[in-house]
Amino acid sequence: MIIFRKRGGGSLSAKKVKEKKGLNKYPRTLLEQFYRTMLTIRSFDKKVEEKFLAGEIPGFVHLYIGEEAIAAGVISNLSREDYIQSTHRGHGHTIAKGADLKRMMAEIFGKKEGYCKGKGGSMHIADLSIGMLGANGVVGGGFNIATGAALATKMQGKNNVSVVFFGDGASNRGTFHEAANMAAVWDLPVLFVCENNQYASTTPYMTTTSVENIADRAAGYGMPGVIVDGNDIFAVYEESQKLIDRARRGEGPSLLECKTYRVKGHYVGDPERYRTKEEVDKVCESNDPIDRFECTVLDGKLFSREELDAIKASAGKEVEKALEFARNAEEPEISELFAGVYA
Amino acid sequence: MREITFSQATLEAMDEEMTRDERVFVMGEDIARQGGIFGQFKGLPDKFGKDRVKDTPISETAIVGAAIGAALTGMRPVADMHFADFMGVCMDEIFNQMAKIHYMFGGQRSVPMVLRAPDGLINQAAAQHSQSIEAWFMHIPGLKVVIPSNPADAKGLLKSAIRDDSPVIYFEHKALFNTRGAVPDGEVLSPIGKAKVAREGSDVTLVSYSHCMGLSLKAADILAGEDVSVECIDLRTISPIDKETILASVAKTTRLVIAHEAVKQGGVGAEISAIVAEEGIDFLDAPIVRVGAPFTPVPFARPLEQAYRVTPEKIAEAIRGLF
Ligand SMILES: Cc1ncc(C[n+]2csc(CCOP(=O)(O)OP(=O)(O)O)c2C)c(N)n1
Ligand SMILES: [Mg+2]
Repeated sequence: MIIFRKRGGGSLSAKKVKEKKGLNKYPRTLLEQFYRTMLTIRSFDKKVEEKFLAGEIPGFVHLYIGEEAIAAGVISNLSREDYIQSTHRGHGHTIAKGADLKRMMAEIFGKKEGYCKGKGGSMHIADLSIGMLGANGVVGGGFNIATGAALATKMQGKNNVSVVFFGDGASNRGTFHEAANMAAVWDLPVLFVCENNQYASTTPYMTTTSVENIADRAAGYGMPGVIVDGNDIFAVYEESQKLIDRARRGEGPSLLECKTYRVKGHYVGDPERYRTKEEVDKVCESNDPIDRFECTVLDGKLFSREELDAIKASAGKEVEKALEFARNAEEPEISELFAGVYA
Repeated sequence: MREITFSQATLEAMDEEMTRDERVFVMGEDIARQGGIFGQFKGLPDKFGKDRVKDTPISETAIVGAAIGAALTGMRPVADMHFADFMGVCMDEIFNQMAKIHYMFGGQRSVPMVLRAPDGLINQAAAQHSQSIEAWFMHIPGLKVVIPSNPADAKGLLKSAIRDDSPVIYFEHKALFNTRGAVPDGEVLSPIGKAKVAREGSDVTLVSYSHCMGLSLKAADILAGEDVSVECIDLRTISPIDKETILASVAKTTRLVIAHEAVKQGGVGAEISAIVAEEGIDFLDAPIVRVGAPFTPVPFARPLEQAYRVTPEKIAEAIRGLF
């Protein structure tokens, strides 16, 4: 199920828009953070795509373009001490958790100053110092790690939460079921966030998955399962907030399914022979999370076009700086190959 | 003789075996709609239908487990592992179920199935998408493990694997898919458990397989220019291993080098060294030497990945050290 929403909708008055969305309760700084985070992710991944296609970036790269509202919306509810566990499509989560763009880009370029000293690349960026437990090259590799982080916080008497992002495809891994059950039976503070972008690589969601909604599965583990329009950052923020607060209160895990769409190929360079361009265009035209945010705040007269453009420009500049940094950074020395096998 | 790619060779094998035996079917991730991520299933879904070329959920335990169940009850499944690296997900199915059922149940039923596992280094794919893990499986009784180096054996070994009544793991190196080589017309069957002398020589025996076989042949070329005659053996099957071919060659050359892309520690080279030490030590005029990757995960950055790789020059250098 793809949720379409037309751009604009200018018939509502500014006051009505604010009320309808409940925008009055959002501090301006939070709105700015939403926008800046989504734009930073967007321009970061656009840059990565461009440089990958130009042959400057090797390996496998999976873009988060079109799914920014999920990372930005969910992670806006977290503190530095909360944990996130990411996927192969991890740049967005990492940026939203507050990672340094320069070190991210340097890692993607395989440079010494990268987060993992150039040993990991795009699919393996981690920043343990900000609670970012790592991207993962193995689909479904993160569920149980997130559960373990939540177990540790509980044992340590902290009230932090652990959020694991995963795809619709990953929900078919056995690890999902094992983690969900363990987190539920031990009342662990885990939020399982499914990014249902309708595809797992070449396979459409409904051809590999027996239920219409991943959220339906939550019932099987005795936890709440909530469905949200993943391209509406306000909805993502509000629904995830409720579930995160619940986890912090010690009431256990829950599952948030964000309905979205993978606008780009599975990886940069994907020939995409499994779907038509018309299908993709139809979704993009009406459902971009950044466009939707802009329409809402412009309609509600919360920001002017000029203000939004200024934020956009500054986000773009940060990404440019990260690119410069990565390009000029040094390659790792060969001795690094042998370092770090053991702690 | 006609030349085709490694990928086309595996396609022909699948096509011929699926035509010959309707119990043969294949399942895995991303194989039906896009013909496999390396194009190695292209055209099969159209020809045999989506019931016999099945896209699966991302559920490796279910893929291998279901293949075992189907094999036990009259089918001959081929299961694709997408990347060999993901075999870790379904190791119980592989080593406690698939490998043991025939023996443990007193030989009542065999488990005639093939696991196809694209492995090895390609495009700086980093630690979880680049590994060569074949040695794990030679430690497990009940499994046959084949690992072709060229299109002819890619076809011949896949066909033999599908016809074999034991479970066979078929490693196909990702960097080989687009390589070309001569493949005879008509039936091509490579025997499982039989190595091949890929190049005759008299001074040293160089044993290798898979992508590293090509590097070994290049090393032999380099050394030919230095008046060292290298006999190259392409193992083709690592379990059961063809001791006779190796020992016969070492008896002739008196020197042994084993080269593989996988980490040296605990690798196939260790087993071959042990075999020759036990059964052919008197043949040797020099210590046995192994060439393999260092004992580290596969790094991403280009200079590190380059340093990690076995190269023809590294193999040649190891051989020079024996004289
Ligand atoms: C265990 C495992 N199986 C298969 C793969 C190959 N693979 C990488 S991403 C992917 C699709 C993932 O789909 P989904 O979970 O929906 O995430 P999305 O890419 O849509 O964000 C597959 C099959 C893998 N990396 N790990
Ligand atoms: Mg998906």
